[in-house]
Amino acid sequence: MTLLAIVISGFVLAVAAPWVTRATGKYAGWILAALPAAIAGYLISQVSSVASGQTVSVAYQWIPGLGIDLSFMLDGLSLLFALMISGIGALILIYAGGYLAGHPHQGRLFCFLLLFMGSMLGVVLAANVLTLFVFWELTSITSYLLIGFDHRRKEARAAALQALLVTGLGGLAMLAGLLLMGHVAGSYSISEILSRRDVLQSHALAPAITVLILVGCFTKSAQFPFHFWLPGAMEAPTPISAYLHSSTMVKAGIYLMARLTPALGSTELWQWLLTGAGAATMLAGALLAMRESYLKRLLAYSTVSALGIITMGLGIGTEKAISAAIAFILAHALYKGSLFMVAGAIDHETGEKDVDKLSGLRSAMPILSIVALLAAASQAGFPPLAGFVAKEMMLESALHAPIIAVALTAALTLSAALLVVVAGLVAFKPFFGGERPTPRHAHEPPLSLLLGPGLLAILGVAVALVPGTLADPLIAPAASATLGTESHTHFKIWHGFNLALGLSAIATGVGVLVYATRSRWMPLAGATAGLDRLSPTACYHGVLRFVTAFAESQTRMIQTGRLRDYLIVIFLVTIGVVSYPLITRVGPPVWNELGTLHWLDVGIAVLILLSAFAAVTAKNRLLAIIALGMAGLGVTMFYVIYAAPDLALTQISIEALSVVLFVLVFRRLPDFRSLSSRAGKLRDVLIACAGGAMMAGLVLMATSYPSATSVSRDLAERSYPDGHGKNVVNVILVDFRAMDTMGEITVLAIAALGVYSLLKLRDRIDEQPSASAPSAGGRA
Amino acid sequence: MQILIAIIVGGIFACAIYMILRRSIVKLIIGLALLGHAANLLIFSAGGLSKAHPALVRPGSTSPPEPYADPLPQALILTAIVISFGVLAFMMVLVSRAYNAVGNDDTDEFVNTER
Repeated sequence: MTLLAIVISGFVLAVAAPWVTRATGKYAGWILAALPAAIAGYLISQVSSVASGQTVSVAYQWIPGLGIDLSFMLDGLSLLFALMISGIGALILIYAGGYLAGHPHQGRLFCFLLLFMGSMLGVVLAANVLTLFVFWELTSITSYLLIGFDHRRKEARAAALQALLVTGLGGLAMLAGLLLMGHVAGSYSISEILSRRDVLQSHALAPAITVLILVGCFTKSAQFPFHFWLPGAMEAPTPISAYLHSSTMVKAGIYLMARLTPALGSTELWQWLLTGAGAATMLAGALLAMRESYLKRLLAYSTVSALGIITMGLGIGTEKAISAAIAFILAHALYKGSLFMVAGAIDHETGEKDVDKLSGLRSAMPILSIVALLAAASQAGFPPLAGFVAKEMMLESALHAPIIAVALTAALTLSAALLVVVAGLVAFKPFFGGERPTPRHAHEPPLSLLLGPGLLAILGVAVALVPGTLADPLIAPAASATLGTESHTHFKIWHGFNLALGLSAIATGVGVLVYATRSRWMPLAGATAGLDRLSPTACYHGVLRFVTAFAESQTRMIQTGRLRDYLIVIFLVTIGVVSYPLITRVGPPVWNELGTLHWLDVGIAVLILLSAFAAVTAKNRLLAIIALGMAGLGVTMFYVIYAAPDLALTQISIEALSVVLFVLVFRRLPDFRSLSSRAGKLRDVLIACAGGAMMAGLVLMATSYPSATSVSRDLAERSYPDGHGKNVVNVILVDFRAMDTMGEITVLAIAALGVYSLLKLRDRIDEQPSASAPSAGGRA
Repeated sequence: MQILIAIIVGGIFACAIYMILRRSIVKLIIGLALLGHAANLLIFSAGGLSKAHPALVRPGSTSPPEPYADPLPQALILTAIVISFGVLAFMMVLVSRAYNAVGNDDTDEFVNTER
């Protein structure tokens, strides 16, 4: 019950957020943060019971016919993620309250943030892969709204769309993978799936399942080559970047990989895909960061790199590596959340986001500088901080990786060195050195902007200093849930003098050296710009351009916008489809029947055909209208001869009305012109003749069957006794088929309304002085 | 008799289709009016043609005298005639309105007119 409340409450509060914001003004952030704080409080109270191996779970029937449940569970892995989401969420809401103070759409931002938080909690607490998928997609949609928060800016819209398309397409692949997995495992419940490892891994579809699900995870967690949307997403206001791109959304893919490790993990495919993508992402992120000078983009690329490290750890898959990955998740969430908020605070208080133009802010904002240094030192992996411990653990497990250990270790060491450079650029460069003027007068940010980064930075120290109380109860159960067996690895600072420590020292040393001499390396980073043509971003834009161009060209081809083209297609298809059975079933017409016809019939037929032909060939519209009326008269006579007096009466009155209407309306229209080319006319004549022949064949076919008279006979005989009417046709209309007639009257009423409103509309437009179009008559 | 009505219906349909495919919107409407006649005659012939008595009950009797023409298609056509008139009237006003807006009766020109 509590779990459901945890997930739902975010959505409920999101709806109320705009009103709360309006009512409480600048305190809104603090007030709204109470909910995630309470959730975090509840989760903390569950830590000890979860650490002792208990899991809480609830299930509600959702679509019982399809075996889809709305079910949630809380185990070690869910707890760690849910705690990060709610805890950092509370700090972010407070931060956003200060960051966007007085923004006209602050309420909307809170609403989106809470919606997003609810979706993320749903993802990590879901106990059913389909429940998980629904919340997964909700995070994609809410992050679209968040990244595009400044929707008036084109770049923000493009970045939001890019993130949505990449993660959305990945989500589709993942849905296919999840469905296949549920099908093979025979259940969509996560705990059932995890218990069927042997069935899943021995199945022929296992590789497809693995690849499809990993595509979803890789796009969501910005793994190479899908990493490019994450730096783009920096268009969002900083509170959003800090939340989505440090601790939560980009970790959703990591979460799912960890979650499914007991079922899909430790196959060769899994190992190679995860370590390969992870190592590539780690290096690409770290190297690409070297080319950036904007605070948030630097952080974004270092996030990409960190996500790669975590994926690599999950891919290595040993107990140590999994524990290291989990430790890295926690450490990274703490320092990256803090650094993003620091970057936002710098931008907010100085108006400058380019590192190259920031210097010597230490004296203006001393507290922020300490917070920044603490968080950055954790990213750089300096002892005694959480980042250091996580890095040590990761190096240790890379050294003992079952595959390509040397390459992984080397890549990790290089990335660690480059992350030191990023840390220096983000947290050292802006605060030290000579003071430089900034667009805004620099001063210490308010409490709301300091609380979040400060608390996270302090936690980064505390976790490392008292790991027994703060880190182990979270990391060990999460690692156990990922491994599927009990984890015995502990989170501790000192592992003795070993190779990992040596490598760490080398990485730090190289990093500091590169930072100190960075001016020499800059040209090297610039030289790589030529490779951008081949980058995934370029591919994305290329594909997008191709798709829109293709859609446009084929739409233009099919949708010409000319009525005639559509009609030709309709006629040709109908003629083709109907003619075939007509030709095969109806024999040749009995021409000699013509000799037996009455002269009156023939005369009427000639009158109708000649008038219709005259209406077609008339050079003058009045002539055409008269010919049309003549044809109508001919049809009327036909009705007279063939015992249909009601039809004849109706037809002749309608015909008269039509002619009057035609004359009135067409009075002001231009005279006929010859618009089509000779070839066009010939084509239309051919289509018309084929259509006419088809209809003639249809008449022959219809009349060659004996008509079923039983219904008509019944109606005729019941007409007087039941309907009390002597005219059978009328009784059918107003009695037996009264609903039909009712419908007919409705159609007429609607047509009349349409005519009336069109005439009114014209009057209004005619009254406007700018209307230069010729006024028309026909106010019939 | 079938052959004659087949020729009539086929002939009117051919004229109607040709007119509907014209660029002039006025001709399009004339084509639609012709199409209505042809469709009605098709239904009429499908009910079986006979130069019999109309389906009217004479005084003193309870059912129409044999043989009488099938009343059901007639009822259907009656509805069709009236509705096609309604649609035609709406079309005509719409067309004259469109002509006012575009200043042309060529449907190809309508495509290029943005308003």
